[in-house]
Amino acid sequence: MSATSAGLVQLGVLLVLLAVVYVPFGNHLAAVYTSDRHWRVERAVYRIARVDPDAEQRWTGYAAALLAFSFLSIVLLYLLQRLQGLLPLGLGRGPVEPGIAFNTAVSFVTNTNWQSYVPETVMGHLVQMAGLTVQNFVSAAVGMAVAAALVRGFVRASSDRIGNFWVDLVRGVVRVLLPLSFVAAIVLVALGATMSLRAGVDVTGVDGSQNTIALAPTASQEAIKELGTNGGGIFNANSAHPFENPNGLSNLLEIFLILVIPVCLTRAFGVMVRDARQGGVLLAVMGVLWGGLLAIAWWAETHPNGPATLLAGAATEGKEVRFGIPSSVLFAVSTTGTSAGAVNSLHDSYTGLGGGVVLLNMLLGEVAPGGVGAGLYGILVLAIIAVFLAGLMVGRTPEYLGKKLGRAQVTAAAISLLAMPTVVLLGAGAALAQPGELDAALANSGAHGLSEVLYAYASTGNNNGSAFAGLTVTSPFFQSTLGLAMLFGRFVPILAVLALAGSLAAQKRVEPGAGTLPTNGPLFGVLVGGTVVLVAALTFFPALALGPIAEALL
Amino acid sequence: MLTLFTRQAGAALRMLLVATVVLGLAYPLSVWAVAHVPGLASRAEGSVVHGADGTPTGSALIGIDPVPADPANDPYFHTRPSASAQDVLGPGDPSTSGGSNKGGFDEDLIAAVEQRRDAIAEREGVAPDQVPPDAVTASSSGVDPHISPEYAQLQVPRVARRPACPMSACRNSSRRTPGTPCWGSSVPTA
Repeated sequence: MSATSAGLVQLGVLLVLLAVVYVPFGNHLAAVYTSDRHWRVERAVYRIARVDPDAEQRWTGYAAALLAFSFLSIVLLYLLQRLQGLLPLGLGRGPVEPGIAFNTAVSFVTNTNWQSYVPETVMGHLVQMAGLTVQNFVSAAVGMAVAAALVRGFVRASSDRIGNFWVDLVRGVVRVLLPLSFVAAIVLVALGATMSLRAGVDVTGVDGSQNTIALAPTASQEAIKELGTNGGGIFNANSAHPFENPNGLSNLLEIFLILVIPVCLTRAFGVMVRDARQGGVLLAVMGVLWGGLLAIAWWAETHPNGPATLLAGAATEGKEVRFGIPSSVLFAVSTTGTSAGAVNSLHDSYTGLGGGVVLLNMLLGEVAPGGVGAGLYGILVLAIIAVFLAGLMVGRTPEYLGKKLGRAQVTAAAISLLAMPTVVLLGAGAALAQPGELDAALANSGAHGLSEVLYAYASTGNNNGSAFAGLTVTSPFFQSTLGLAMLFGRFVPILAVLALAGSLAAQKRVEPGAGTLPTNGPLFGVLVGGTVVLVAALTFFPALALGPIAEALL
Repeated sequence: MLTLFTRQAGAALRMLLVATVVLGLAYPLSVWAVAHVPGLASRAEGSVVHGADGTPTGSALIGIDPVPADPANDPYFHTRPSASAQDVLGPGDPSTSGGSNKGGFDEDLIAAVEQRRDAIAEREGVAPDQVPPDAVTASSSGVDPHISPEYAQLQVPRVARRPACPMSACRNSSRRTPGTPCWGSSVPTA
């Protein structure tokens, strides 16, 4: 079977799997965030944490709980890394230096999982498990909680409550992430992923050479790394490492895990607002963007233009033989369309156009289909903007899902929408204005060098975590500005979305009239898709023209 | 907001501690326990391959390029280049992982591809344009255990020059993991 047909088969199987689970898993997700029954194990957690699961919160209380939890998470993860030398299972790797510890703590708490360190030599097994794996779970659950709160804003009327953060957090972990991760982890081990507490194994090769092969408790973290669209590898090579992603089957499973929650959340949304087609429209927009970008990237990587690639004969630099170009591209578009950022090939070695596509995929706001929760609330914000734009065209007060979109709602949506471009452009601009930093950091020169810097801020501003990894980001300037990009890129939109949820829940419901734009059909899909593309194009075209577009046209 | 924040901080801390115990210790350790039932344990510990005397010789999933004692009489199938190798060809370091991160216009990458192509063409006694792409480009992991069928076939005649290694056995072994030598007429298990 040729690489192309193998790639098409993998794509086909992936789509069938997603289609099969869409309705049942989407319904389950909706039930998780609407059920009024607590499981016994959840009650035990609430008792230990001393929270009342039946006391719902205003949006401010919800936001305060979320921020308190995230802030303490950053502090604890920072301390765990700094104290690594004193803790068991540190493998003698000593305390993590402060710059890396800060950046990593922020990175894993914000669901970014940007990595400015080589895991095999810096992080011991205890920090990987008790620090990083924990944040893989809870940062994903936080994203889903915010999405659930926003949907409640649409569903409820004349209410000042949007749910209970602790309940949403615990349920996301207990009813969704933990059981699925456990099963996926065992399957990954069966496929060849490691799950070892040893540092490595010493081998004597057939040629007599002595080597140490690094080992790690991979499978447990790999499963939630993909399912929670986290993306932080336990090995430096991430999902390109054979111990994280040993073969085509594990590759398919990992891509499925990345996509399954973001895709099925559109169903959950449809169920919660009692009109499944509302979710279907959003899924269609996500699917068209994902499919279109996949096709362009696939074409680009099989039609390279760089002299090194032409000399080699194919774009195989930074790609693994067991995946080939199709499965590498499929992974790349799925990981940048969500907030995963796991990689099974090196995006930095992609062609100008191929690398530009994965960069653009993030700059669209990561809504194709977006991170767990973040994808749904991201596209709902864009849908609000689309309804608002349509309202301006016909001169009527815009309504969406029975709620009027007035000044407060559109302001909140705009803040949420503009936080990421602000962070990306200011950050990349500041970095580019410092030739000293660039001399030390860039691995590639010219247009590709500019892409490396733009990609770093796009990835952190969108909480993606993948990289044009040639860029050396260990200087204090990059560690701190990229850390801030992750913080602002995560929490400004979350606060705006929670405020939006609060203002929507407080409103009365308006019945749809003759002038109401139907938001469950193809016309609205086109409007939302157009808004996504237009916002990104207006914001990022100049930067993209100087980087990937220039390289693609060389 | 600040009073709201401090009011939630206690609950946040307790919740975080529960999460650390359940998700950070109980979950990975129970996955570890299940992963060490017979049948899974060897995979969980890195799919290590042992020699006839029981010493670990490598992992079925990790490619480390073997170095021949006598380059003129090279009995090995070679892996893809590794970005962590000291030279453009040769073994990488499996205690870490990663690739070159070079783009298609990078001068260093152009030079590396050229050098690899010439070196491999010379080693295999073929024209440079017969060397396949995966043979001259570094993998993403640096420990890619696979090579393309084209690169394997390119190496068959050289490996088969060993007297004890008929072409048929070599063709068989070339379908398996690279980096394993052709042991006489027996097909390597690794």
